[in-house]
Amino acid sequence: MDLSGAEKVVIIGGGQAAAQACASLRLFGFEGSITLIGEEPALPYQRPPLSKAYMKGELAEERLYFKPASWYEDQNIDTVLSVRATKIDRSAQTVELEHGGSVPYDALIIATGSRPRALPVEGADLDGVFDLRDLADVERIRPQMVSGRKMVIVGAGYIGLEAAAVARQMGLEVTVLEMEERVLARVTSPIMSQFFTDEHTRQGAEIRTGARLASLKGEGAKVTQAVLADGTELDADIVLVGIGILPNVELAEEAGIACSNGILTDQDARTNDPRVFAAGDCAARPLVHYGRKGRLESVHNAIEQGKLSAAAIMGKPRPTEDCPWFWSDQYDLKLQIAGLSQGYDETVVRGDPEARKFAVFYLQNGKLIAVDAINSPPEFLASKKMIITGARLAPETLSDTSKSMKEIAATTA
Amino acid sequence: MAKITYVDHDGTERTVEATNGESVMEAAIKNSIPGIDADCGGACACATCHVYVDEAFMERVGSPEDMEQSMLDFAENVQANSRLSCQISVSDELDGLKVTTPESQH
Repeated sequence: MDLSGAEKVVIIGGGQAAAQACASLRLFGFEGSITLIGEEPALPYQRPPLSKAYMKGELAEERLYFKPASWYEDQNIDTVLSVRATKIDRSAQTVELEHGGSVPYDALIIATGSRPRALPVEGADLDGVFDLRDLADVERIRPQMVSGRKMVIVGAGYIGLEAAAVARQMGLEVTVLEMEERVLARVTSPIMSQFFTDEHTRQGAEIRTGARLASLKGEGAKVTQAVLADGTELDADIVLVGIGILPNVELAEEAGIACSNGILTDQDARTNDPRVFAAGDCAARPLVHYGRKGRLESVHNAIEQGKLSAAAIMGKPRPTEDCPWFWSDQYDLKLQIAGLSQGYDETVVRGDPEARKFAVFYLQNGKLIAVDAINSPPEFLASKKMIITGARLAPETLSDTSKSMKEIAATTA
Repeated sequence: MAKITYVDHDGTERTVEATNGESVMEAAIKNSIPGIDADCGGACACATCHVYVDEAFMERVGSPEDMEQSMLDFAENVQANSRLSCQISVSDELDGLKVTTPESQH
């Protein structure tokens, strides 16, 4: 559908995808009205630091914001904050708001993001039990993060492990509970899982894998203990829950837009309604380098789909899709991930985990599909390019540290 | 405070007031300077805020640390005066700094 006559763009959501869509629409020359409807009181801000530098108090709040308030004014972008959109009426082309009123659209971008999966145990509503998703969550957690206190983290995914690293650095006693047999089980290989387990253990955090939380106990309204399925009782002043997120698809679903673990989009971020787009955590998109659809929870994805939807609305050529990429900071380790490792049939280690500088490459039928690089930007950046080109590499080539990644990449070009 | 001038690849200059402590990248993003993507927001994770530092300021800006240098090695058209702008912290000393942005960060 040609939307080149569109005068009104509405964006539901106030996260990174929404901010990118605003910026890209104006960059591509859109002169009509833009309305951003956000549930949070804050203008769009970066979420990654919430479990890293910002949680630790090393980054001022003002540095989290993508753009200052004046930018939205200058760009004539109407920001409707602390307001929830309650309905998308596709025949009337309006978005209804919780306190009444509605906003008309010619094109709509759904960037509703995701929410933390709720802890399904008794005691999950006690004081001292926290999710970590929003600025407001960090504001609640941070005053509790006092040296010597006991923190139990439920879930050893990236959020849980990043928070564990921050808490240890702030002097808290940390126990991480993971139901699976290893940390980061969903996203990485056993080699990487072991590396992170060893690192956290060395830093004084206790990692308990195969540990199922049965309930949380409290005194009055305040959490005091985490009880495991095997009966183990752990003292807890603070419980942080990081057991994954769920895409916010309800608005789309109720409006009859096709969803399947995310709002389904095509390569242009367009849903099955040609006037409606979806971007960021809430969208299930074609993963063009992998020949399947999937949902990505990442900065790269939010930026890219924000751009893709803006380009499609403006009738601009589709921006080139990058290889998915991610990062995580824990202690002095920088993990950079390129690609998606699911479905790998071979791993190759380059460098020495003991030296805390190494990479694990993931191959499928001899083709490079992903890399996890610890303190190793060349391995990350070279792989990012080689994954896009579908490079085939011999394991002995990848592990040969006498050759630089530049030299190795040159052999595949 | 420092005045920083961003020169884009076709020579257009834009000067902004930057606050001490923020990075040269942040000042650019807040002022919508074209040519700097800064996808990772300053975590030194993505190498999309590459700039060329004006020769006169090379000494004051200093040289990149190892992580940054190894990221820069993979940037397009890298030169001796290449830096990642997220790793340059604004101070009074940098008043008048001029950096040039590349045509593309990818």
